[in-house]
Amino acid sequence: MNLTYRPLALGFIALFFFVVVMGRVQAGGNHFYAPIADPVVKEECGSCHLAFAPSMLPASSWQRMMGNLKNHFGDDASVDADTTARITRYLVANAADAGDRRYGGKLLKGVALGSAPQRITELPKWVSEHRKVPDWEWRHKEVRTKANCVACHTGAEQGYYDE
Amino acid sequence: MKRTIAATLATFAVAFAAPVSAGPREDLLTQYASIAQSSGFSAERGQTLHTRNFAGGKADTPACISCHGKDTRSPGSTPVGKPIAPLAVSVTPTRYTDPAKVEKWFRRNCIEVLGRECTPQEKGDWLVYVISQ
Repeated sequence: MNLTYRPLALGFIALFFFVVVMGRVQAGGNHFYAPIADPVVKEECGSCHLAFAPSMLPASSWQRMMGNLKNHFGDDASVDADTTARITRYLVANAADAGDRRYGGKLLKGVALGSAPQRITELPKWVSEHRKVPDWEWRHKEVRTKANCVACHTGAEQGYYDE
Repeated sequence: MKRTIAATLATFAVAFAAPVSAGPREDLLTQYASIAQSSGFSAERGQTLHTRNFAGGKADTPACISCHGKDTRSPGSTPVGKPIAPLAVSVTPTRYTDPAKVEKWFRRNCIEVLGRECTPQEKGDWLVYVISQ
């Protein structure tokens, strides 16, 4: 009797692991930040740097940033008024605090919402997640800046930021 | 009747297609030439503009080639490492066909590199240069 059940039991165990693993794969790993879907926003926010996911900053941050594109981290990134309005609308609607953004919500840990932080790389959660990255890796010629997510997170353009 | 309409439409199409077929790049050059009251543009001057260093702009981008690279047929790279499509029309044929985009990038990049906007003469020279590449 035992002998007939053993392969069946093994089969069930295998199936269980398969389901668990595939479930994770389908969910796309743990750190998913939906990439920008609007083609205009993607073009305007993604020609110089990675088109950062709106869910990485709260709405107040995006509003502040879009109000000062003339001096965008030292560069003039201004666009016409219509485009500015369209981009702002999109970023605010999909911001980290727009609700139902699991990992965006986590990034806001320790952030005072009124403070409208501008650099994703200065969010407390970002800093602690990257604390183990040694200095020489940041200075690597393929990395150069902490804003260059894709250098290490090869799936960043698609929204995946696992290790 | 249908034929007459088709023929009329065809005539119109030909009549209106003629100036359009000159292309957006040529239109841009015509515009720059008329504002600059230029006697003509030179690819050679464009190349000089493209490769020389300027002191008026940002320290890390003294020249166009700081980001675009020396070879117009190879991709460049932004300061944060994002690739830039090659400037040469022979390699990136879609380039310079959207006048608003061309103007946007001339404004941004000239301010970064030269510390001021480029003149229509400079824009024309540069455009003739990359079209020839």
